[in-house]
Amino acid sequence: MNMTMTEKILARGADETHVAPGEFVNVGIDLALTHDVLCGPAAKEFRQLASKVWDPEKIVVTPDHFIPAKDVESAKLYKEMQDFVIEQNIRNYFPLGKHGICHVILPEEGLVYPGSILVGTDSHTCTHGALGAFATGIGTTEMAAVFATGESWFRVPDSMKFHISGTLPELVTAKDVILQIIKEIGVDGALYRAMEFAGPVVSDFEMDERFVLCNMAIEAGAKNGIIEVDTRTQNYLEQRGVKVFKSIESDKGAEYVDEIDVDVSDLEPTVATPFLPSNGRPARDLSNIEIDQAFVGSCTGGRLSDLRDAAKLLRGRIVSERVRLIVIPATQEIYLKALEEGLIETFIRSGAVVSTPTCGPCLGGHMGVLAENEVAIATTNRNFRGRMGHPTSEVYLASASTTAASAVEGRITDPRDIT
Amino acid sequence: MTKISGRAMIYGDNLDTDVIIAAHRLTHGSDVDSIFQFAMEVIDPKFHEKVSTGHTIIIAGKNFGCGSSRQQAPEVIKRSGVKAIVSDSMARIFFRNSINIGLPVFIVPGFSSSVKEEDIITIDLDLSQVVNESSKTATSFESFPQFMMEILRSGGLINHLRTKRQEGAVSE
Repeated sequence: MNMTMTEKILARGADETHVAPGEFVNVGIDLALTHDVLCGPAAKEFRQLASKVWDPEKIVVTPDHFIPAKDVESAKLYKEMQDFVIEQNIRNYFPLGKHGICHVILPEEGLVYPGSILVGTDSHTCTHGALGAFATGIGTTEMAAVFATGESWFRVPDSMKFHISGTLPELVTAKDVILQIIKEIGVDGALYRAMEFAGPVVSDFEMDERFVLCNMAIEAGAKNGIIEVDTRTQNYLEQRGVKVFKSIESDKGAEYVDEIDVDVSDLEPTVATPFLPSNGRPARDLSNIEIDQAFVGSCTGGRLSDLRDAAKLLRGRIVSERVRLIVIPATQEIYLKALEEGLIETFIRSGAVVSTPTCGPCLGGHMGVLAENEVAIATTNRNFRGRMGHPTSEVYLASASTTAASAVEGRITDPRDIT
Repeated sequence: MTKISGRAMIYGDNLDTDVIIAAHRLTHGSDVDSIFQFAMEVIDPKFHEKVSTGHTIIIAGKNFGCGSSRQQAPEVIKRSGVKAIVSDSMARIFFRNSINIGLPVFIVPGFSSSVKEEDIITIDLDLSQVVNESSKTATSFESFPQFMMEILRSGGLINHLRTKRQEGAVSE
């Protein structure tokens, strides 16, 4: 019986030889991820079930949302998280100083491997499918149960395959590709499904770019995003110290509920207008939109490649006087590399501010919250009402190049039009 | 918990978790008592007034609860007094979170278009039917798998697991 890679991973997790979409399976969890906002709440519920976690080696805790603590309440959350880490002897812990945004630091630290089953108390956990894993978001109560039992149930999802081909034009990126895909299928276009990304464009993408595709699968409602392992994945994993893994590929005759061809040759720098990630439009059509803030960062757009793209556009240029440009490297490692490459100096000379790694402004948490009626362009993943601050504020989603170009011009700008 | 009744409170498509409870409210952790008054503050200032006048069944369009995995989203809805949500489709993490905290949620494609704000809705869990008492129409929905029904009946996953442990069904 042929299976997709998502089905194969779930079958392995459930100790079955075959599973089919629609079937409910109980699977063992290979890695459970939580962060500062939800670790404490999950720990409280966990304590109603057990006193010791099922396996401290399979839990990873990454403070990232409200760090460094922005107020007394978030300081308390951080403390509750740390108390749990110490109490349960969790070694995969990345406190302030070693920290980074969960979905960027996990692969960096070599904690994700192909064929594994990963759950996280964060909807963008789907990011890790770029390494050939099954990765999905869950809530706090469910995480409490995982901490206690090491298991979780899933309905085996139908799989959709996106075959991405063509030649990507200059300054058009993986972010533009995924915004285009979500525009085509809608914010519920992959609801309850697996999104499998394949094709020559995906093969040519660096890991940084593949993570972006899988990261935003949730914005189409997907259960998980996933990409097959190839030489590039293997090289990445080796560099990150992941040596032993069994890569899993979809069978040739595997069944997909939908197969969609995406040709990127004519794709333009794309911007999703408020208030849905599916509202993609060419950046050039939005040049009348003036912005108050531009943000390069988050689990979607705070990787080294994003910082390089932004710095390339900012070098020798000055951010518009009416714009606050905020740059936040996703992890300490990226921050350091950006410093060594001179990117941080470029940002500061151009008039940007640079912060320590945090999710911060992406969710209107801190480090750049929007006031009434303010407009931002951001390399982030969601532009829901009130996402970055006041309910009347607006967020436009774009690539790092488009965001940097817009910061310079003070209005939404196609990076190819910058002079 | 075999029947749930209340007046309808209607919302559209893609009602997201940032709208249900903004992220900056989450610094209070799982202390839902401190934040439930902010439920729906972004889009519906009358939410609590509606619930207090008996509008305890949310009827919504597609993709209800899309976005974040924050469990506080279904928690603030439940804490506000909402008894159930019926939507045309529902984001998967929101769905799981709701079941896990014992908030009954039902996916009934196309149902929202047949309901008006004041309609009285009854959900019959035994018959897997949602009835619009005002228009005298009944719509069937796919019944939950047994284990999910047990979680709901226990009032959530934690209670369910604790009960199972007490019965000795789960080994320590």
